[in-house]
Amino acid sequence: MILGLAGNQNCGKTTLFNQLTGSNQHVGNFPGVTVERKDGVVRGHRDVTVVDLPGIYSLSPYSSEEIVTRDFLLSGRPDAIINIVDATNIERNLYLSLQLIELDLPMVIALNMMDEVRANGGTIRIAEFQKEIGVPVVPISASRNEGIAELVETVLETASAKRRPKRQDFCSGAVHRTVHSLAHLVEDHAQRIHVPPRFAATKLVEGDGPMLEALRLSENEKDMVRHDVTEMERELGTDREAALADMRYSFIEALCSRTVVKPAESKEHRRSVKLDGVLTDKYLAIPIFLGVMMLVFWLTFGVIGNFLSDLLSGGITAVTDAADGALRAYGTNPVVRSLVIDGVFAGVGSVLQFLPTIVVLFFFLSILEDTGYMARVAFVMDKLLRRIGLSGRSFVPMLIGFGCSVPAIMATRTLSSERDRKMTILLTPFMSCSAKLPIYAVFTAAFFREKAAFVMILLYVMGILAGIGSGFLMRGTVFRGNPVPFVMELPNYRIPSPKSVLLLIWDKARGFLVRAFTVIFAATIVIWFLQTFDTRFNVVSSGSESMLAIVGRFFAPLFAPLGFGDWRSSTALITGFTAKEAVISTLAVLTGTDVSGLPAALSRLFTPLTAFTFLTFTLLYTPCVAAVNAVRHEMNSVKSAVGVVLYQCGFAWIVAFLVYQIGRLIVG
Amino acid sequence: MTLDQLGIGKKSRILQVRGQGALRRRLLDMGLTPRTEVMVRKMAPMGDPMEIHLRGYELTIRLEDAKNIVIEEESAG
Repeated sequence: MILGLAGNQNCGKTTLFNQLTGSNQHVGNFPGVTVERKDGVVRGHRDVTVVDLPGIYSLSPYSSEEIVTRDFLLSGRPDAIINIVDATNIERNLYLSLQLIELDLPMVIALNMMDEVRANGGTIRIAEFQKEIGVPVVPISASRNEGIAELVETVLETASAKRRPKRQDFCSGAVHRTVHSLAHLVEDHAQRIHVPPRFAATKLVEGDGPMLEALRLSENEKDMVRHDVTEMERELGTDREAALADMRYSFIEALCSRTVVKPAESKEHRRSVKLDGVLTDKYLAIPIFLGVMMLVFWLTFGVIGNFLSDLLSGGITAVTDAADGALRAYGTNPVVRSLVIDGVFAGVGSVLQFLPTIVVLFFFLSILEDTGYMARVAFVMDKLLRRIGLSGRSFVPMLIGFGCSVPAIMATRTLSSERDRKMTILLTPFMSCSAKLPIYAVFTAAFFREKAAFVMILLYVMGILAGIGSGFLMRGTVFRGNPVPFVMELPNYRIPSPKSVLLLIWDKARGFLVRAFTVIFAATIVIWFLQTFDTRFNVVSSGSESMLAIVGRFFAPLFAPLGFGDWRSSTALITGFTAKEAVISTLAVLTGTDVSGLPAALSRLFTPLTAFTFLTFTLLYTPCVAAVNAVRHEMNSVKSAVGVVLYQCGFAWIVAFLVYQIGRLIVG
Repeated sequence: MTLDQLGIGKKSRILQVRGQGALRRRLLDMGLTPRTEVMVRKMAPMGDPMEIHLRGYELTIRLEDAKNIVIEEESAG
């Protein structure tokens, strides 16, 4: 049995899903789009799967989230819909319910946050409410795990009895007549494509393009639809879309006035307004936001992250040393030992080093999201991102990009529009990640001693400008067309549920390990292999004879117009693909020195100008393999991931070329 | 007048939602239908977008989008 879980954003849908399924979840995408789909088996009912649908407010044809939900409910034909409704915000939540009812599927309304309504002195007369709306209604509190058993029982009973909504007609007057007559008119067409005639009719009245196309009406029938709708519009003095929205809200207002006793103002809402008085205050909002983000960064990449990373790398080093000692003592062939130590262990290590960052960062991010603060950030920062066609929602993921692109790309999941999500994913890698810092540090130490801070800041600014430039470029090409409107709810502040936070961390960490392991591991082994052998598969004695050096020499001429045509720098850029830090270690190995002697060695390889061009290229060229893999997964497309690599390499080349050529004119 | 001109803390009722396509539908879906009472809560620190209160919840909306929402001339409150 399959159940679909549908509801607005911020109504406790994820909490309910977690209560229903526990940790028994599978996260994926809906086919063809980057809209998350979570499936889970209902606890205690092994044969019942519940699908968590995107948080939406309507079933319009304008956003991929709404289209996906509609398609799933229409063609996936789940056995029942669980529609979760936030009782503290019941009017707007029921707007979706009325549209779901038109799908003519067995359905149950889970009335969430009833505890909050009651605590504030409100009530909902459930029996009466249920009778008027025509589907079973179960009051629950998802966060306190109350009423969940009753909900499951009611849903299973409704689904097995195939009990459809008792009522679908919520309108009166002209809208009623028009929907009724169109339902008759298109009945055959609707049945042919397995769509309930009434749903088809209301969508036609709304002027829903995809539905009109799917029904394949004859010209004559189309004329009749047009005629009926025009008649209705004339009678009501308003247009089709407004007429239907108005009809639904009018019904809801009437229903609520009869069955809902609203508290004057809930204490949660009062508290929210008070908090917003500070958190989105004209003068305090931005300093507070910067403070919060600095704290998150400091804790993630500084205190806790460092502590966990040190612990982890200490552990890895200990295990590696032990293994190395054992292999030596056993007299293992040096090549095999090198494979185990420099290949396998190094590969595992480079995957694991991301883990502390991801765990700690998503701990903070999920708290910021679940409390409702992230929506405020979007409100406060929206104006900055609007020019490049994004909304304030993208601000935090991009900011995280300065720490590490991998969790930043993963964090785009919370963006509610597919277009914004994709665009943010593509722009994030331009924010200079912290793994590039060691490269900047070594080069500035070697070439720009007095101007170190200036060069660093310049690089970060160039990255941001490259992101903005690419944003404009994409807005004019790939992402042409209207962005999804930024009309966003600011939910009441809430205390996040520890269970949801833990499940999210678990999901992100596990997901990263499963996906990244093979890719990063394989990349490390390939690089090890190329570094260790020459073309005749003999172990090389010096780095300059390895296959990697040959590949480096092959690409070197490509970088000559940028001023660094030496094979050693191009080889370092290649190893930088596995992890940016590798650029420095490779340069050290190939120049026959260690990291402390590297600045001196570099000054023989670069001039200050070519050093800066090299840094520019490093800043902008392909993200590391872990980030590329994250792009592939989040965009659900290998093509996009390859596209990112090629685009950024090309972009980096052009900018570095300009920097070098213009620099040469200035330096002379 | 339109919603973007309504002062902070002021209330009014919606007369009509203009515009077309995704934006207009979204506004209607979020409950900005004729006769609905709206109150302007505040402006974002950079002056845009605005935060409004309607149907018991808060919504943010950009000023250029709020220009599409025709409201009654300012009433008391």
